[in-house]
Amino acid sequence: MIDCKGLTKQYGPLKAVDDLTFSVGPGEVLGFLGPNGAGKSTTMRIIAGFLTPTAGRVTVCGHDVETEALEAKRRIGYLPEGAPCYPEMTPLSFLNFVADVRGIRGAQRASRLDDVIGLLHLESVLGQTIDTLSKGFRRRVGLAQAILHDPEVLILDEPTDGLDPNQKYDVRQLIRNMAANKIVVISTHALEEVDAVCNRALIIAHGRILADDTPRGLEARSRFHNAVTIKLKDASQAKAVNAAIAALREVAGTELDEKAGRLTAFPAANRLPLGPISQLAERERWDLAELHLESGRLDEVFRTVTGGASA
Amino acid sequence: MSAVAAVLKRELRSYFLTPVAYVFIVIFLFAANWFAFGFGGLYERGQADLHPFFTFHPWLFLFLVPALSMRLWAEERKSGSVELLLTLPLEPWQAVVGKFLAAWAFIALAVALTFPIWITVNYLGAPDNGAIFAAYIGSILTAGGFLAVGTCVSATTKNQVIAFVIAVLICVILLFAGFPPVLDAFSAWLPPALVDGIASLSFLTHFQAISKGVIDLRDLVYFGLLIGACLYANTLVLGLKQAD
Repeated sequence: MIDCKGLTKQYGPLKAVDDLTFSVGPGEVLGFLGPNGAGKSTTMRIIAGFLTPTAGRVTVCGHDVETEALEAKRRIGYLPEGAPCYPEMTPLSFLNFVADVRGIRGAQRASRLDDVIGLLHLESVLGQTIDTLSKGFRRRVGLAQAILHDPEVLILDEPTDGLDPNQKYDVRQLIRNMAANKIVVISTHALEEVDAVCNRALIIAHGRILADDTPRGLEARSRFHNAVTIKLKDASQAKAVNAAIAALREVAGTELDEKAGRLTAFPAANRLPLGPISQLAERERWDLAELHLESGRLDEVFRTVTGGASA
Repeated sequence: MSAVAAVLKRELRSYFLTPVAYVFIVIFLFAANWFAFGFGGLYERGQADLHPFFTFHPWLFLFLVPALSMRLWAEERKSGSVELLLTLPLEPWQAVVGKFLAAWAFIALAVALTFPIWITVNYLGAPDNGAIFAAYIGSILTAGGFLAVGTCVSATTKNQVIAFVIAVLICVILLFAGFPPVLDAFSAWLPPALVDGIASLSFLTHFQAISKGVIDLRDLVYFGLLIGACLYANTLVLGLKQAD
């Protein structure tokens, strides 16, 4: 359990984190979303024990991160932003150093090292110095370090930043597999990541929580939620089709791209336009290239909620 | 393995993974011997002792030790690895002590590698080996004092150049305190008791006392307190940076 109460961090006149209160329980994968400068990294640094909050209190598994720092840190695996490492070391010596500090010994050490090296596919670079590794490998070395002691709590600041699509897929798979009985907090700019791994999303901007919901719940806030998009093979019919759809009771409004022959019909309150539109399409024998139901667009919700905020 | 030992091992190993170690050792050995023979007249004096050799050590350390210590924290801060180090389950003082001991052990190694000069004077005559041993201890303690100052300064900045310049400056003050021109500058505006206090802070006084062959408890306490105070301040600085 991570429990943040009234967390505030002041940098001179700037409030990077402003009275943040939330808690995360086992099995939860919390996605931290927000524009740059929203306070995501600052909050994670406070939880991980790197920064001291100006006000407020954080407990990790019942241990206060300030007064019982070591107990809290033993339970946390932390990947700092940008995955900093010691560039002159090799991944193997680096992981051995982390195991030394964490007091992982003997047979357990060998098996944990084997596990994380296998999970993150580091076998081929174990003896190379870290500064010669690609960004993707460095990130994976940082992740390996974070999960080495099989922590109850994982704090990952932009874990897939700079990875190629295959590596992103691997890392997300890894997080999903580990998440079952852990507490995971990740921050990300990639909204599809929230859909892919998180079961809860927290949108923050200017150090405040603006939304706290499941990814589905957030999507439902989108005006695209339950909207229907169709594309006509013959774009010249688009205007007539648009008029017919707009006349339906279930449709609150439409957006038409005449050139592409594509239109999106937005649902009226508590109505589902998919059925009526598909029936209409069949009856009128429209020649459709595409017809699909929108589940809602996170990026649009993100923009609406944060009001285009950036710092 | 304790956290201190883990940090010490990592740091010490890193010296030899980068050119730092080799450059430092080569320059130190070259300069130490060159000063001893070139300026100290070690050979021409015709005396079987190492006085001309040790007398230049504080002046060598004045520049070489801050060059070594400037990166200890500033580099970690710059690269961000300090975030990783301080979120591992160790007390900040353990990281401070581990880093300090690694650097100190490394300097001690460099000093120990001057052993051929010790063999040489033994070949040429019959020196007082006890005094030479004491002087080695004094030399290593002096280096430890400089190092503790430099480590503490390094923790205050991400800029290694600043860390170097400020450490040299403080070490110059510590070295020269006790020299009449320096004391004159202070005695103009400080009460005599404080001026005496400054004089007793001088590195040189304590180094010279030990290198005469007498390891006095007072000199050991001086270096012990100096190193302890600097490392304590270093730990405080780390805490302040976290709350910053």
